[in-house]
Amino acid sequence: MATLVSLREAAAELVHDGDSVALEGFTHLIPFAAGHELIRQRRRKLTLIRMTPDLIYDQMIGMGCAARLIFSWGGNPGVGSLHRFRDAIQTGWPAPLAIEEHSHADMAARYQAGASGLPFAVMRGYVGSDLPKHNKKIKSIECPFTGEILTATPALRPDVSILHAQKADRKGNVLIYGIIGIQKEAALAAKKVIVTVEEVVDDLDASLNACVLPAWVVSCVCVVPGGAHPSYAHGYYKRDNAFCIAWDGISRDREFFRTWMERHVVGTADFAEYRRSSEAEAKVSSHR
Amino acid sequence: MTIAAARWLRNGGVCFVGIGLPSAAANLARLTHAPDIVLIYESGTIGAKPHALPLSIGDGELAETADTVVSVPEIFRYWLQGGRVDVGFLGAAQIDKFGNINTTVIGGSYDAPQVRLPGSGGAPEIVTAAKEVAILLKQNRRTFVEKLDFVTSSGYFERGGGNGGAQVRGRGPTTVISDLGVLNSDPATNELVLTAVHTGVSAEQVKNATGWELRVAPNLEITPQPSASELAALRDLHARTAAAHGSAAGAE
Repeated sequence: MATLVSLREAAAELVHDGDSVALEGFTHLIPFAAGHELIRQRRRKLTLIRMTPDLIYDQMIGMGCAARLIFSWGGNPGVGSLHRFRDAIQTGWPAPLAIEEHSHADMAARYQAGASGLPFAVMRGYVGSDLPKHNKKIKSIECPFTGEILTATPALRPDVSILHAQKADRKGNVLIYGIIGIQKEAALAAKKVIVTVEEVVDDLDASLNACVLPAWVVSCVCVVPGGAHPSYAHGYYKRDNAFCIAWDGISRDREFFRTWMERHVVGTADFAEYRRSSEAEAKVSSHR
Repeated sequence: MTIAAARWLRNGGVCFVGIGLPSAAANLARLTHAPDIVLIYESGTIGAKPHALPLSIGDGELAETADTVVSVPEIFRYWLQGGRVDVGFLGAAQIDKFGNINTTVIGGSYDAPQVRLPGSGGAPEIVTAAKEVAILLKQNRRTFVEKLDFVTSSGYFERGGGNGGAQVRGRGPTTVISDLGVLNSDPATNELVLTAVHTGVSAEQVKNATGWELRVAPNLEITPQPSASELAALRDLHARTAAAHGSAAGAE
């Protein structure tokens, strides 16, 4: 049953060095506040799982949290490269990063298999692609009914999945709406689930077929308003595209990146303070 | 290039759209000759009708203007793998003469690349599950290469036998639209052949911008110049996009 705790407590209690951790959210509802808290608590040797690593994993990789990355598309959407992700793969800075690379359809199928209690996922995939040559987890299987050769990949079962959602009720039932991505599958595939939410309400007011994670599949709910920024929370705030574009400059140089992260993320107490700190600097530089 | 790509899309078809150039062209088609085209983005938005171009594949406006929003496993399993997509509309970093594309690594090896690119995203399954695929990219000797550094998504695959046969549903990449012209795969050899040049571009120019010995179709066509209404629609779309995201965004 979900308990309502601070993000600091949830991260300290449920995420340990060496864990496999999935922070999901497909462009929408990316749990930035939770990623920052793991950076602040200096988690190490994590296996980071995420379809689209995005800025949050760029930050976590650059701050040395990750030993391994399981993913399917690692870019800054609409902007370009993730410089810390690239640097880690190309030069091993700040730590060597092992990668396990899949396609989107495969990652989605792997989470579904994990959520379904199956050992592997089956799909039509990777025809003619070089990816299976470099990823031993992509195998083939013969259909026992038709004889067709299909692709098989193992289920994903993260130690912890971390999501951001619009709201929870006081019991800890969680409502997610808009682009729901892979969130439900990531939650149900995981051993433990942390959800940060914009707000806690008396009544979720969810429609009959809404995407609701019942309180009894959620370990902890943490209230973090704005916790998906610079991603967005549909109905609350828009994606901060200007920040995503600015990130290209912040992340390009190792030392500049480190200084920025130490100052605004590690050097602040929580996400609210981080927002004040980073936005104050952005204002100063835009007036220069 | 955007206009030539938009023209290639038929009204009423179902199009699985990549971000960037494909998204710009697909929305231009929707705003001009193809009002009933169904645009699917891999974030799970089906029938998206954005007012401005999305910066990311999962912008909120895609959800707000969609006929329905489904989960990511559903979009790939029921809608793509289920065979409900007519056209895959994709970009790439590199392409070879058989329409194989690379979005993974440039130079070095896979384990120690010179440049690490974002990776595959949805492409490996889009190219095999969509009934037909068009690839959009700017043409020069670095992008149109004799040999790819990595095959992320396959262009031409052996059909009717071997491991690939049963998994392939569509015709694969039949068309490549660049800033210089249009290439189509020759059904006999599966090789991309130059079939049209854009107005003001010569076949020689396109050959010089291609890393392999490019064949030119005997009946080479010239892409008609953009009409005033097409240019106006594209200009308006970019203006709305700049207003929505700040300058530069979407002006690819």
